[in-house]
Amino acid sequence: MSVLVGYDTRLVVQGMSGSTGAFHTKQAIEYGTRVVAGVTPGKGGSKVAGLEQIPMYDTVDEAVQLAGANASVIYVPPPAAADAILEAAAAGIELIITITEGIPARDMVRVKSILDRDYPYVQTVGPNCPGVITPGQCKIGIMPGYIHKPGGVGVVSRSGTLTYEIVHQLSTLGLGQSTAIGIGGDPVKGMDFIDALALFADDPGTSSIFMIGEIGGDSEERAAQFIKDNVKKPVGAFIGGQTAPPGKRMGHAGAIISGGKGAAADKIAALKAAGIAVSPTPAEMGKTLAALIR
Amino acid sequence: MVVVKAQIHAGGRGKGGGVKVAKTRADAEEAVKRIFGMQLVTPQTGPAGKKVQRLLVEQGLAIDHEFYLGMLLDRATGRVTVMASREGGMDIEEVAATHPEKILKESVDPGLGWQDYQSRRLAKQLGMTGGAAASLTKFLRALTRCYDDMDCSLLEINPLVTTKDGQVLALDAKINFDDNALYRHPELNDWRDPSEEDASETEAKKWDLSFIALEGNIGCMVNGAGLAMSTMDIIKYYGGQPANFLDVGGGATAEKVTAAFKIITSDPEVKAIFVNIFGGIMKCDTIATGVITAVKEVGLKVPLVVRLEGTNVELGKKMLAESGLNIVAAADMADGAQKVVAAAKGGAK
Repeated sequence: MSVLVGYDTRLVVQGMSGSTGAFHTKQAIEYGTRVVAGVTPGKGGSKVAGLEQIPMYDTVDEAVQLAGANASVIYVPPPAAADAILEAAAAGIELIITITEGIPARDMVRVKSILDRDYPYVQTVGPNCPGVITPGQCKIGIMPGYIHKPGGVGVVSRSGTLTYEIVHQLSTLGLGQSTAIGIGGDPVKGMDFIDALALFADDPGTSSIFMIGEIGGDSEERAAQFIKDNVKKPVGAFIGGQTAPPGKRMGHAGAIISGGKGAAADKIAALKAAGIAVSPTPAEMGKTLAALIR
Repeated sequence: MVVVKAQIHAGGRGKGGGVKVAKTRADAEEAVKRIFGMQLVTPQTGPAGKKVQRLLVEQGLAIDHEFYLGMLLDRATGRVTVMASREGGMDIEEVAATHPEKILKESVDPGLGWQDYQSRRLAKQLGMTGGAAASLTKFLRALTRCYDDMDCSLLEINPLVTTKDGQVLALDAKINFDDNALYRHPELNDWRDPSEEDASETEAKKWDLSFIALEGNIGCMVNGAGLAMSTMDIIKYYGGQPANFLDVGGGATAEKVTAAFKIITSDPEVKAIFVNIFGGIMKCDTIATGVITAVKEVGLKVPLVVRLEGTNVELGKKMLAESGLNIVAAADMADGAQKVVAAAKGGAK
């Protein structure tokens, strides 16, 4: 068992003809993901080198109606990415994963507002995220597939490379993953910690959870409260940016300590108060969870 | 009467002596002499301060009251929010921390935009009446449009004043723009003042690298913002001090890695370098190529610790080993951090 993606996922790749889209589509197919269509406006009917077996369409509507797509991944460049998300939602796709980094905040504010109003049932992940993987079944995004292993740990993270780090540590310790979700570090995004935690809490295939937060905002604090109230499974956590100086941008637009809100110490305190095991360094994340469940 | 204000890219200028009220011409000249060219230190500049190269001389006004006005994205709601307070002109962070109820908030509907009733509501709660209340409506209509049209990420006016004759005026402003939207506003590039920016950070921007100069002596090159922040964390955990934050990003080329390496080595404080890579899109052989090229071009005067993991890791490790360069290989992040901290301490002697 797993959440969000699995054997039933029929994926359309928006922006498949671009170099990033094409590269990761090949990797996904190699991993076993069922890619049923590619979409690039104006390229319908053409072939993408190395992906000749995947039909290309001009619109997501066609990918849904003709190829039966039920999930979308977006590699479209930033200026057109917000539009691509809305197109997928309008076409009836219910899981939209946006990998694109650098989408203007103003665009995402509008997208979120329209999705909340007109498509409340649509699950979106990202933008600026590594994607979602259910090891052994389906890989959507840019994570290296080989580090994953099927198992019972649900992983949710705001950071891409730290997700690889925890997965690698878990697999090395013999702990496989049910699903790993990279929610991304942008200030306006789709799924947040709480949404992912709720999925893992209800998933019989997930027996424990590891979450990776970052400085900035208060979603880790809200997640801690949610876990305290709703999650019975063991949870481990790590917060990145513990030593970041206040007010400096650290790569992710979301990770700014401002107005006394969002400091790592506050988040760690909130997590500990909720009974969550917090790893002291990024090198001990796997061990922290292993100690909890063994 | 005029007010003389230092124009630097940091707040808290009044506290640092960068703002003076002058009643006479002689006073004004004295204030200009004092502030112009001074090294202004404020809570936001760091201990080194910033040299004042621009002044704003403002007309004195019959001020009725000083307010605070700010606009930024509220991440919890995903909406742009207007914040206003009667406690203007002073430390607004302090007000937010001790009296959050004194900060009024109104969010902007992403579809409809700001509505006039929201201005009237704020005016009433702020205690503005008559002409000032009407002026505020007009003011906020323009300000909220500016925030949206210009892709701002922060717009702060402190103080916003009302005058005895019912005007609403911004006496100062700080505006940040969304880096991701700069492609829509090429004109902003012309306003850039390189003298206000760190030279390394400017060079990094050219290569689309995310770089922040810090005070320590361990240079870091990492892929991914989260891993980069955590690398700083673990260096400090083992007793070292990072000299920078550097995220080379996911899709970096060997040229970009070379540029990143050069930026790190150009800092004379750097006593050791830690390269920590978990390759996803970023392939380990690309990193290896970039590092080897950079070292051949600029030389390597300090110890270099490299931890590689992920896509094409074996090839990357092999390339580094065969390069003949003096590179310390690390088994994992903790091992690398301990080795680089030890190396930096050895080098500092």
